Amino acid sequence: MRGNQANRLAAGGLVDRSEEISFRFDGKTFFGFKGDTLASALVANGVRLVGRSFKYHRPRGILTAGSEEPNALVELRSGARREPNTKATTAELYEGLDAASQNRWPSLNFDVMAVNQLFAPIFVAGFYYKTFMWPAKFWEAIYEPAIRRAAGLGRAAGLPDPDHYDKAWAHCDVVIAGSGPAGLAAALAAGRGGARVILCEEDFVLGGRLLADGGTIDGLPAAEWVARAVAELTAMPDVRIMTRTTLFGVYDGGTYGAIERVNDHLPVPPEHQVRQRLWRIVAKRCVVAAGSIERPIVFAGNDTPGVMMASAMRSYINRYAATPSRRIALFTNNEDGWRTAETAIAAGLQVAAVIDARPDVSPAHRSLASKGGFPVLHGSVNGVDGGKNGVRKISVSLTGGARAEVEADGLAVSGGWNPAVGLTSYHRGRPKWRDDIAAFVPDGAPPGMIAAGAANGAFGLGACLREGFEAGAAAARDAGRSGSTGSMPVANDEAFSLMPVWHVAGKGKAFVDQQHDVTASDVELAQREGFQSVEHLKRYTTLGMATDQGKTSNVAGLAIMAAVSGKSIPETGTTIYRPPYVPVAIGAFAGHHRDENFHATRLTPSHHWAAEQGAIFVDTGLWKRAQWYPRAGEKDWLESVTREVKAVRGGVGFCDVSTLGKIDVHGPDAGAFLDRVYINAFSSLAVGKARYGLMLREDGIVYDDGTTSRLAEDHYFLTTTTAKAGLVMQHLEFCRQVLFPELDVQLTSVSDQWAQFSIAGPKARDLLKEIVDPAEDLSNEGFPFMGARAVKLRGGLKARLFRISFSGEMAFEISVPARYGEAMARNLMIAGKPFGVTPYGTEALGVMRIEKGHVAGPELNGTTTAADLGLGKMMSTKKDFIGRVMAGREALVAPNRQVVVGIKPTDKARRLRSGAHIVPKGETPGPDNDQGYVTSVCFSPVLDQWIGLGLVERGRERIGEIVQAHDPLRGEDYDVELCNSVFYDPDGGRQRG
Amino acid sequence: MRIVCPFCGERELGEFTYLGDAKPQRPAADAGEDAVYDYVYLRDNIAGVMSEHWYHGGGCRAWLKVTRNTLTHEISAVEPAAGAGAAKVGA
Repeated sequence: MRGNQANRLAAGGLVDRSEEISFRFDGKTFFGFKGDTLASALVANGVRLVGRSFKYHRPRGILTAGSEEPNALVELRSGARREPNTKATTAELYEGLDAASQNRWPSLNFDVMAVNQLFAPIFVAGFYYKTFMWPAKFWEAIYEPAIRRAAGLGRAAGLPDPDHYDKAWAHCDVVIAGSGPAGLAAALAAGRGGARVILCEEDFVLGGRLLADGGTIDGLPAAEWVARAVAELTAMPDVRIMTRTTLFGVYDGGTYGAIERVNDHLPVPPEHQVRQRLWRIVAKRCVVAAGSIERPIVFAGNDTPGVMMASAMRSYINRYAATPSRRIALFTNNEDGWRTAETAIAAGLQVAAVIDARPDVSPAHRSLASKGGFPVLHGSVNGVDGGKNGVRKISVSLTGGARAEVEADGLAVSGGWNPAVGLTSYHRGRPKWRDDIAAFVPDGAPPGMIAAGAANGAFGLGACLREGFEAGAAAARDAGRSGSTGSMPVANDEAFSLMPVWHVAGKGKAFVDQQHDVTASDVELAQREGFQSVEHLKRYTTLGMATDQGKTSNVAGLAIMAAVSGKSIPETGTTIYRPPYVPVAIGAFAGHHRDENFHATRLTPSHHWAAEQGAIFVDTGLWKRAQWYPRAGEKDWLESVTREVKAVRGGVGFCDVSTLGKIDVHGPDAGAFLDRVYINAFSSLAVGKARYGLMLREDGIVYDDGTTSRLAEDHYFLTTTTAKAGLVMQHLEFCRQVLFPELDVQLTSVSDQWAQFSIAGPKARDLLKEIVDPAEDLSNEGFPFMGARAVKLRGGLKARLFRISFSGEMAFEISVPARYGEAMARNLMIAGKPFGVTPYGTEALGVMRIEKGHVAGPELNGTTTAADLGLGKMMSTKKDFIGRVMAGREALVAPNRQVVVGIKPTDKARRLRSGAHIVPKGETPGPDNDQGYVTSVCFSPVLDQWIGLGLVERGRERIGEIVQAHDPLRGEDYDVELCNSVFYDPDGGRQRG
Repeated sequence: MRIVCPFCGERELGEFTYLGDAKPQRPAADAGEDAVYDYVYLRDNIAGVMSEHWYHGGGCRAWLKVTRNTLTHEISAVEPAAGAGAAKVGA
């Protein structure tokens, strides 16, 4: 053995002494064993001072042995993996573990900020509001940054997390939280009954309190019974045991959240493995066997290192064979606390005294005291003398008023047990108070959930087994599994006796919430200042708001408040319980959805070809689209885009437009259906023709646009904008299924099935002839503007061809099955070589549509009407359609609406910017004379200047007017002319030619 | 929350999109502006049991009428919209 684990017992415990592990705490090397937690290893090495407290920087040690720990929080690991506020009590020890204490400077032993204790009077509840009031402007600049530096605990890594996190679903009949006696009994009953069971245990070993407290079950020592139960469960094919997994939340419909710490017990997750996995478990029934949490008693100095929960002390001694103290005093108000005295004596430790608040002590315990040679003092601890090195002396106020002192280096405290009512209360269930155990027990649990054993206030071992078994059997039955559950495990119930003691008056700070440094006097002060409701108490004092969510403090806080206000504890009530039960890393919720996987990426069919061409891609929604194709020697994007536009206008170019939403509309009523969803008519469209269509929302505002073609009498092919593809599909399904169920029509999304290319320019037809079967007539007569039909390509592939133009040139759009998309791009390049074919991106597409005055996303912006866009004449007066009535409302047809108009700077050299406001020339810009704004801009190679479209009040009546473009963001003011929105080929001869 | 789609079975919330109150009926073409105004803008917001439109966009694309308690999220009934699926009303 390399290490001197001074406080390790010579034998016993569940640690593996054959595997010695070295670890570091605050830079110093220590040794522990496999099976230790960081806390138990620190205990074994005699380390008592583990951290400094939140507000007062008081020295703190280890209070508990579980996930309820408020004090022993450390920074675990280093560098990018550094994780603040990790509980030493649940962190599994591994070789090379590196932990550091928090909230101290320069060192844990000498902490400068401990001076805060001298200013304690100003750090009372609500001190932020009282102390840093004046002058007000100091708050942001001085007070808040100073407070933030001083407060807070650990430091986040500040670097990207190098580990992976996973999210998964699981389905079962019965999910069980906890593997103590109740949880194991529930799993046995449910599993034997034939149910699909998931058993979640947050610890890395099964057994719960049995690991520390032992007992006899079915005549066997507890450890042996646990081993047999686990073996039986492991052999059941439909039982899944998940250790290192905390059930942290309950959601609607029997969905449970669980966090599995897959590889937190290793220095670094093995290759290709995740650090943690977030489970969503769907279960018909849930058995909460989460046990209970021993509660502290509030007295002066109760936060001194060496003061520990009595049950935690048993855990360290029995489970880890590590002794927190040599000479132990026990302060208890109940029978169960005595087990710590028994444990200490059995381990050969000294018991200094037992201070029991109850008037009577059982004869068995009296004889234990006389055998152990320690006194039993009737009374309460009212003060602890000690500092950062731990407990030295304990002062006791005896029943009857006398005082006593006890010399000890450790104080075990038991104030009774609080059932873990978190899970059962997450659906606004309010736990109910039970006087006989002086604790809240579950009430109003979510549907399908039942608490069993200690979590239900049944503390005896026999009762835990019985309740767990019965709950497991019932859960299996409710889930429709009717197998035999076999015999129920049996054990005796321990004697129960408790006299509630919450707070012992004394001199010095008595802590209720140790993680947030909330004292008994803070609670009393809050009550005096009028914070009567527990919810107000919580927020004013921050009681229970730390990372431990008040697991050891909430009930004591309520009890103190109840005592001050003269109400009972149940009258005072609890705050609302909310998940998660334990802190869950944001990374686990994100799972793999980070960085480039934050959302899905959609690639166009020709993406890889475009990438080979060196295309620059732009994110449009989930899509990556080629924005432009730079060529060697081009100095910027504008030069590339201008070249692409000129190539199309002078020859031929092509662009992948597969991102458009594409919907096949089939059925005898397809035309009638489209008549109702578009403002213009489609039933009158001839087969073999395409038409531009505009959809409104029911409130009369424009929703989407696109071309729709009639490929057969009962078959239309509808396109949507890229952005609205999914939403339009949803809208059309709503129209079809909900609004017009009488129409015989079906919709099929074919967006992903067709690769679609726009081929535009005066030589578009020449290029197409090289691609399309020579038998197809592509002449202006055989395939006129707005023609649409299926064609055969050279080689026999079937395609759809549409003569539609977004660029203003003679243009076609050709659709081929998506798997041929990339081949189509390559073939267009080969076949188009003689014509100087040029691939163009979305920028050139945008330039040409602005030159042509076509509206797009910036104009279809959710505020414009068809008339605003200059498309009012498309609105049919012969039929009803979505949005027809509301589009006629006064404000939507007002003559002073902002409508689409062309805009160009009077200075041809000036760059027009979108977003610039339009105000009358010569006026000082302001909200009163704001007449609209520039929506889309581009540099027009045709006009050799910047041009744009805008929404301007009465714009179409003001063609030729010079107005002022006011751009406060860029600090620019310049003159622009309102002009026809169609800058290029206004009579449309080129696209028809 | 989980919704039992009549076509796909029980599925989780993430597959569905919420629309809202399923009670308003689209007025007839000649119903006039007031009726359409009410249809477009007036929605009940019940603290309790309410009939709602949900869309199974992550599944079969059926529109559903879901009876849900807005206080407890308990779902007591799920029906397909009249025109959901392939069968036609009156066909």
